[in-house]
Amino acid sequence: MRAESPATETPAPFRRTRQDHWLVRGGLTLATLAIVGLLIVVPLVNIFAQALANGVGTYWDSLVGDPDTRHSILLTVTVAPVAVAMNLVFGVAAAWCIARFRFPGRTLLITLIDLPFSVSPVVAGLVFVLLFGAQGYFGPWLREHGYQVIFATPGLVLATAFVTFPFVARELIPVLEAIGPEEEMAARSLGASGWQMFWRVTLPNIKWGVLYGVILCNARAMGEFGAVYVVSGRITGQTDTMPLRVEKLFQEYNSPASFALASLLTLLALVTLFVKVGIERHARPRIEKPEGAHA
Amino acid sequence: MTAVNRRVLPGFSLTLGYSVFYLSVLVLVPLGACFLKAASLSWSDFWATVWTERARAAYLTTFTCSLEAAGVNVALGLIVAWTLVRYDFPLKRLVDALVDLPFALPTAVAGLVYATLYVKNGWLGQFLVPLGIEGAYTRLGIVLVLVFTGFPFVVRTVQPVLEALDAETEEAAQILGASRWQTFRRVILPTLLPALVTGFALAFARAVGEYGSVVFISGNIPFETEIAPVLIVARLEEFSYREATAIAVVLLAVSFVLLAVINLLERWSKRYAG
Repeated sequence: MRAESPATETPAPFRRTRQDHWLVRGGLTLATLAIVGLLIVVPLVNIFAQALANGVGTYWDSLVGDPDTRHSILLTVTVAPVAVAMNLVFGVAAAWCIARFRFPGRTLLITLIDLPFSVSPVVAGLVFVLLFGAQGYFGPWLREHGYQVIFATPGLVLATAFVTFPFVARELIPVLEAIGPEEEMAARSLGASGWQMFWRVTLPNIKWGVLYGVILCNARAMGEFGAVYVVSGRITGQTDTMPLRVEKLFQEYNSPASFALASLLTLLALVTLFVKVGIERHARPRIEKPEGAHA
Repeated sequence: MTAVNRRVLPGFSLTLGYSVFYLSVLVLVPLGACFLKAASLSWSDFWATVWTERARAAYLTTFTCSLEAAGVNVALGLIVAWTLVRYDFPLKRLVDALVDLPFALPTAVAGLVYATLYVKNGWLGQFLVPLGIEGAYTRLGIVLVLVFTGFPFVVRTVQPVLEALDAETEEAAQILGASRWQTFRRVILPTLLPALVTGFALAFARAVGEYGSVVFISGNIPFETEIAPVLIVARLEEFSYREATAIAVVLLAVSFVLLAVINLLERWSKRYAG
């Protein structure tokens, strides 16, 4: 860890040899602004421009006036937190055993945690259809007992949880490793029980990492499309989440309403970025970059 | 990190047990079901399903578009990472934060807005379409939106390596008579190579499985702009679960290979970063 705090903001006094010709400097800076501008800023502005094209009244109407859109917002706000909570509990447990202990199969476990990131969302949805769908392995049993998973909320939760599976665990493993077990061992030797140690020592230490993982996980959960597309059956007013509703409105050539709903998701993304940068600035210099930062 | 005595810290078996249980229930068993389903096909049936002309066209579109997008990401990412690490300019923090937007923005929104931008009367399409550059409902559109979704990967893998680079090596090259370009080519670029390759692989892996954004902009025309995930969905909607599963297994196999490659690459780049 460096002594001088935010590493990126105060560039170490560049020696003259590290400075490029002003033409190169200017050219690359302009190129960067053009890349980020065209790739990210123009689409961002376009979303809000399209959403508000017919005035604020229409914008508000298309969000609140349409019961199906309202339902999709409600559904997303229900499904995502459940999936995030599931992955949060797992993330903390996995980070604890991986960061604090050495055991055979540890590397394999780390690799497997990353697995859902490399599975196509469509395939993620498909596997649950194969398990719980009408013709799936557990389908007949579920029907007999009156449960519906596919084309219903539980399926949406499962697919969302699958796709966002690694977020919290991946974030917490390096954080826990960087902090080290000393404080926890001290707490134990002073007589704290396991849970006392967890609530009073471990959790306060990793709270920013937890928050960081949770907001990234939540952003992905609320925005997930491919996996929920497959398991939802896209029943309007029942299993359409916000992103699915965006697509349906777009297919119905109701572009302003589609963009209005999309603008809500965009706001969510912007808030996520804002919180993320805030956490990075205030809480992470202490715990981040345990390796590689020593220049 | 030293290994910790299991008698000192509690919760080892509880957390490991729960992790393995949750991983199995949510990820391993479902993926296993996918392979089990595919295994119910005979080898020749499987082959006949995954190697139809339409499927081959879909793989080809998926892989070429993903490769192109990942390649573009390497070039753009290197420029952006270099500028963010080495130069100062107004709004630098904002630009740095915006780089992560593709990670946070729902893919459906990305697809929606890209499709709208590049149509004939869209903000960018009005200039590009008269020039013969059709961004919406073409292969180019797929590449464009994949460049967007994969954009942060290269920037974020290259940035820390560039920050950690010693000034001394560059200075030494300069003193030994290298031009600035030679220093970049011979000294800096080789150090960045593992990070660039890792970023490329990550962007590529993401692009291969991408669905939400592509489905909006590609038009999904079989043999032309249909990608493999779209084909899976098409098969599912015909209730041809076996066919869908067989193609999914092909995609999964590719994902696993890519995951293994990325793991190796990350180990390789750690040697440079550490």
